[in-house]
Amino acid sequence: MDLTGFAAAVGPDGPVTIAGLSTRGGAVAGVRCVSAPSGIEWIQADEMTVRCGAGTPIDELAAALAEHGQRTVLPDGGTVGGALAVGRSGIRRLGDGAMRDALLQAVYVGADGAIVTAGGPTVKNVSGFDVCRLLVGSWGTLGFLGDVILRTRPIAPHSQWFARDTSAPLETFAAVHRPVSVLWDGSRVHVLLEGHRLDVADQAARAGLRESAAPPMPPSPRARHLFAPSAVVGVTASLEPGTFLAELGLGVVHAAPDALPAREPDPGVAAIEHRMKARFDPAGRLNPGVAPGAGAASAGTHP
Amino acid sequence: MNAVTPSVVDDLRTVLGADRVRTGSTELGLYRRDASNIEGSAGVVCFPETTHEVREVVRVAGRHGVPFVARGSGTGLAGGATPIGGAIVVVLTRMNHVLSVDPVNRLAWVEPGVLNLDLSRAVAHLGLHFAPDPSSQQSCSIGGNVANNSGGPHCLADGVTSAHVLAVEVVLPDGDVVVLGGEGGEGDGLDLRGAFVGSEGMCGIATRICVRLTQNPSDVRTMLFDFDTVEDGARTVSAIIAAGMVPAALEMMDRLCVQAVEAYIHAGLPTEAAAVLLVEVAGPPHGVADDERRIVEIARTHRCRTVRVAQDEAERALLWKGRKTAFGAVARIKPNYYLHDTVVPRRALPAVLEQVYEIADRHGILVMNVFHAGDGNLHPLLVFDKREPGMMEKVHAAGDEIVRVSVAAGGVLSGEHGIGLEKRDLMPLMFGPADLAAQAALRSAFDTTGLANPTKVLPSPAGCGDSHHLPEGAWI
Ligand SMILES: Cc1cc2nc3c(=O)[nH]c(=O)nc-3n(C[C@H](O)[C@H](O)[C@H](O)COP(=O)(O)OP(=O)(O)OC[C@H]3O[C@@H](n4cnc5c(N)ncnc54)[C@H](O)[C@@H]3O)c2cc1C
Repeated sequence: MDLTGFAAAVGPDGPVTIAGLSTRGGAVAGVRCVSAPSGIEWIQADEMTVRCGAGTPIDELAAALAEHGQRTVLPDGGTVGGALAVGRSGIRRLGDGAMRDALLQAVYVGADGAIVTAGGPTVKNVSGFDVCRLLVGSWGTLGFLGDVILRTRPIAPHSQWFARDTSAPLETFAAVHRPVSVLWDGSRVHVLLEGHRLDVADQAARAGLRESAAPPMPPSPRARHLFAPSAVVGVTASLEPGTFLAELGLGVVHAAPDALPAREPDPGVAAIEHRMKARFDPAGRLNPGVAPGAGAASAGTHP
Repeated sequence: MNAVTPSVVDDLRTVLGADRVRTGSTELGLYRRDASNIEGSAGVVCFPETTHEVREVVRVAGRHGVPFVARGSGTGLAGGATPIGGAIVVVLTRMNHVLSVDPVNRLAWVEPGVLNLDLSRAVAHLGLHFAPDPSSQQSCSIGGNVANNSGGPHCLADGVTSAHVLAVEVVLPDGDVVVLGGEGGEGDGLDLRGAFVGSEGMCGIATRICVRLTQNPSDVRTMLFDFDTVEDGARTVSAIIAAGMVPAALEMMDRLCVQAVEAYIHAGLPTEAAAVLLVEVAGPPHGVADDERRIVEIARTHRCRTVRVAQDEAERALLWKGRKTAFGAVARIKPNYYLHDTVVPRRALPAVLEQVYEIADRHGILVMNVFHAGDGNLHPLLVFDKREPGMMEKVHAAGDEIVRVSVAAGGVLSGEHGIGLEKRDLMPLMFGPADLAAQAALRSAFDTTGLANPTKVLPSPAGCGDSHHLPEGAWI
């Protein structure tokens, strides 16, 4: 993996941006653009880890891991680095856990052009401050990912979407054991169950679910609105069924950008983010103008 | 940094009252160390009961330029809660309320002093539990779990503490109060929640924590296998994972450990075996039955001597008791022990264990191993009598070597106990100057004052030879 070449391309000064496959927004316009190394370095199925360049297409990684009966929890499409930089899990987060927990080690290029290692290669590690967590979801504003070690998971023997027409989606939510996903569109609850075929069938029967296809995402343009999980059914009550998809248990509502109120960022939290950027990239040269998470409508309550 | 003066104590008493600000020799003695061998010195010990009080205490520290150390139950093993240079010890054990439970969305807000097992007990009637289960779960606090990103046997399948913390209310060292993260668990902006978890008290004090609760499994099967060689046991572990199964727990004990435990609890454990593997699978019934069958098959392929499957809850509890009382059992052999914590790739387990035996042998120290084999998390337990002359030097030298061989095998310094003071000066084994600078940047963005638990985790820029800040009893 040519990390040295990548670091040289990023260099020590001047504005610079990075692009993967541009499925998640891509590079900052009008700024010199680099791309991360690509390719799988190794797959260790018995460690449940994989090492690859951040520029590796997720589809390529998924195909290679599937040969070992494994997968990562990264959402489909784009590159590994792009998905991590954006930091948004797909609709399987309820069962898979958050994507950020999958990043074990990151080798990245910092704002001074130096190669930096965060985290470690093993599946468990608490050696020092968790810079990996900071990089996931930082939109390339703190450093550019060069290569990463990710945790993998076994592909479940059986996986099936189910649905049920109901006005009480939380009853279904309560009735299923460790579902992979529970989505609500206003009139129908969609449930993804995985595991042993007979367990999946038993659970579905008990919860009154019937087999179905995966639910469609609401039409574009749409935003990811955030609420406390307990508020989701209430806040979506005013929306037309089918115009939104809510991730139950997680407080995420996918809907038109102006469908729901946005939340102002907390000034105390913003101050820490500001200091973080000032320390990692004092000149503001990495992905200039990008603010992590900006552009996504968000609303919600902390207790 | 300044020392605690009478005017600091006066200011703290104005906030908390005389009763909850202690300077007596009993308290100062009690709170000068955690569960490690590393002793420091406490300037004053205080017991806030609300976020507001914690904030006022932190402000007093800031006004006087005195360092402060957050402390949960003090069960940490790396010197994290050991106060250095007469710091203010902020004890959080009185903030021990479960504030709210949302049984539908399976989350709870708790104060930091809530004990790990108490939370699981409080939600048991809802069919839920808090997944991280350190062996110290009866006594360690959730605040301490958050600060150390603690793990436990059942973190193999469910993930360590970080995966179960949705939000944290933090009193920052400058006195600001912020909520990092949110109940939904994946907010916009930087994952400051994730950066805070595992920060060993150096980024501020957690005053409220929103945790994810996990559904109890309907079925559980606990199996015990024993092997003639450690290698066969370790290969069984790798083969189970490679076959696409992630058991709920996968724990290993070596011969000396099994013998000590058996003498202590009489569970009928195979004392002649070189290694014993405790495997638990959990979930819905068909998957559990399938996994059990496949795991027994894999163990047999790797020459396991006997298979024991717990027949009922009592037998299951007995098998786990063996695992969880290892430390108590050891106390019957020698008066002192030193518990290590490193991680190696699973495939390196046999070779590294071989090296651990060799190191202990060479230093003339007994070593037992009881560990989280599923994630390669080694816990060599050095057993000794510290009254023997020169013994502590040998223990420290052996420990240092164990950490070095683990890192050299592609492993890391710590899997769950953290760095604290214990491994601070070994950080350069894993990280170069640029890597450490990034960690220091993370910390200083939270702590602009440098007063939150200073001198821990990050080696001083003077380099790893700079050990003169370490207090008596510390080792490097
Ligand atoms: C017998 C034994 C077995 C153990 N087994 C395990 C195990 O299986 N897995 C494991 O991971 N650990 C284990 N440990 C280590 C220890 O129990 C854990 O690290 C535990 O999480 C520490 O919690 P505590 O409340 O005792 O924290 P303390 O020791 O009081 O503090 C630990 C660190 O957390 C900081 N801290 C505490 N509270 C807060 C707060 N509210 N805000 C900010 N910082 C805070 C302190 O400053 C310190 O740096 C074991 C320890 C013992 C003695």
